[in-house]
Amino acid sequence: MIEARFRLDYPGFALDADLSLPSQGITALFGPSGSGKTTLLRAIAGLERVPGGYLRIDGEVWQDGRTFLPTHRRPLGYVFQEASLFPHLSVRGNLEYGQRRAQADGTGLPDQVLTLLGIGHLLARRPKGLSGGERQRVAIARALLTRPRLLLMDEPLAALDQARKAEILPYLEDLHRELRIPVLYVSHSPEEVARLADHLVVLEDGRVLGAGPLTETLARLDLPIRLGEDAGVVIEGRVALRDTEWHLVRVDFAGGGLWVRDTGHPIGDRVRVRILARDVSIAREPVHGTSILNALPVTVTASGPDAHPALRLVQLSAGGVPMLARLTARSAAALDLAPGHRVWAQIKAVALIG
Amino acid sequence: MLTEADLSAIWLTLRLAGVATLLLLLLGTLIAWWLARTRSPWKGPVGAMVALPIVLPPTVIGFYLLLLMGPNGPVGRLTQWAGIGLLPFTFWGLVVASVFYSLPFVVQPIQNAFEALGKRPLEVAATLRASPLDAFLTVAVPLARPGFLTAAILGFAHTVGEFGVVLMIGGNIPGKTRVVSVLIYDHVEALEYTRAHWLAGIMVAFSFLVLLALYTLSPAARTRR
Repeated sequence: MIEARFRLDYPGFALDADLSLPSQGITALFGPSGSGKTTLLRAIAGLERVPGGYLRIDGEVWQDGRTFLPTHRRPLGYVFQEASLFPHLSVRGNLEYGQRRAQADGTGLPDQVLTLLGIGHLLARRPKGLSGGERQRVAIARALLTRPRLLLMDEPLAALDQARKAEILPYLEDLHRELRIPVLYVSHSPEEVARLADHLVVLEDGRVLGAGPLTETLARLDLPIRLGEDAGVVIEGRVALRDTEWHLVRVDFAGGGLWVRDTGHPIGDRVRVRILARDVSIAREPVHGTSILNALPVTVTASGPDAHPALRLVQLSAGGVPMLARLTARSAAALDLAPGHRVWAQIKAVALIG
Repeated sequence: MLTEADLSAIWLTLRLAGVATLLLLLLGTLIAWWLARTRSPWKGPVGAMVALPIVLPPTVIGFYLLLLMGPNGPVGRLTQWAGIGLLPFTFWGLVVASVFYSLPFVVQPIQNAFEALGKRPLEVAATLRASPLDAFLTVAVPLARPGFLTAAILGFAHTVGEFGVVLMIGGNIPGKTRVVSVLIYDHVEALEYTRAHWLAGIMVAFSFLVLLALYTLSPAARTRR
């Protein structure tokens, strides 16, 4: 468990965060620039000294009224927006810099990390000769080799172009699967959050708007949090069935199965799909003779106002997994959607992410 | 050709410049680090103090150093109390004077190099478990190397080229304080132009070579930023 409480009051910028975060999985700190994400991350790293702050990691106090553990005594890894490799050291020198200082038995670079990030062939090179993507992968490996108990990543992809981002994201997804330590991932990119995050903390103007597991937080009606242009949820499932004739695969999750376009994921792979509220409609009975491929039995759990008085957001539960549907207020009234009602969610579009 | 006295003066000059440069690099690095990182209100006054020798006539510096290190000056009392004796008109007196006189030429390139680094490399080092001293030695100093090179060359050359301060503090004692610049002055006074030519020519050639090295060998110092 990560418990963090930081309050800052600068002219023009304030931070007021009181968070309890899980000690596993990736927690995204999401918000527009200037929302305080990076400041919060730096405060957790001890790079920013916030008087009166409180920070406890798995029961161990890193900062309170009396204690302030300096950054170099905190067992953390930090990946900056720019890779910030030491230009006077080779890739190997960079990797060993932290490894040597963090552990007494630091002899040899473990193949596992080199393979995970695909940098084994770069060891003798100088940072200057690397591409932006390679540099950032080395920086991530460098942080991991200190065997941190907490990994902090400050928009690690923001300084890269689209092609480089696409190159690194799969490495981050692998990391997500392999890593046993909590990761705090600062981002303002909906795509990265949808692909990587397990938990979501949404920040705005230095305040925490909402925090919780990704799908639940995205499905909250009281704070319509948008990843990108529209409200919607991200659901994780497993590729269960392949329909080679129609080039589709079925992704199974607790609420049923969803047919999506086959992008080559092998059976058994864990994948994420994104369902936007505007692509979900509701029917009382199963509908036949429709072009819509995916229809799931769901239970209405709540409904709330939307951006326009003509619209309503309805929160549904598919086997415990929350989902959002956007209806006109008139349809919602006509269907008499009270919590507890069992209906059918017809899903017009499901996007496989990554 | 060079006489015994000329060679002795050259050797003394090189020894003085060498010792002074070593001390300058140590002291200058500490001052430059502090000036580059501090947010203290003393930054301005200290920076100005360090830069004073650039604008003051060497005689003014020599005069005050003489008073400070003399038998009734605070530094003089301290050195006498410590059993070192008085510094003026000794080799070590010249060293102290040279260090003060050449300090800005050493501090400023190192300070610029440290400032150009920014905070980031040291923050990275801290997240990789390096203590502040460790980060200073293994990250800041190696990254500021071009600044150190410039500082060492300028400090050495500037010490070799000083005249006024030496005359005030060191006088003109053969083998002890009579450096090349002073000896040239002696030669000219005595109308021994040929001997003056030899030494003066060597100084011109030396200075040119030093500056040539500065401008060609370390292009990194200019393009790194």
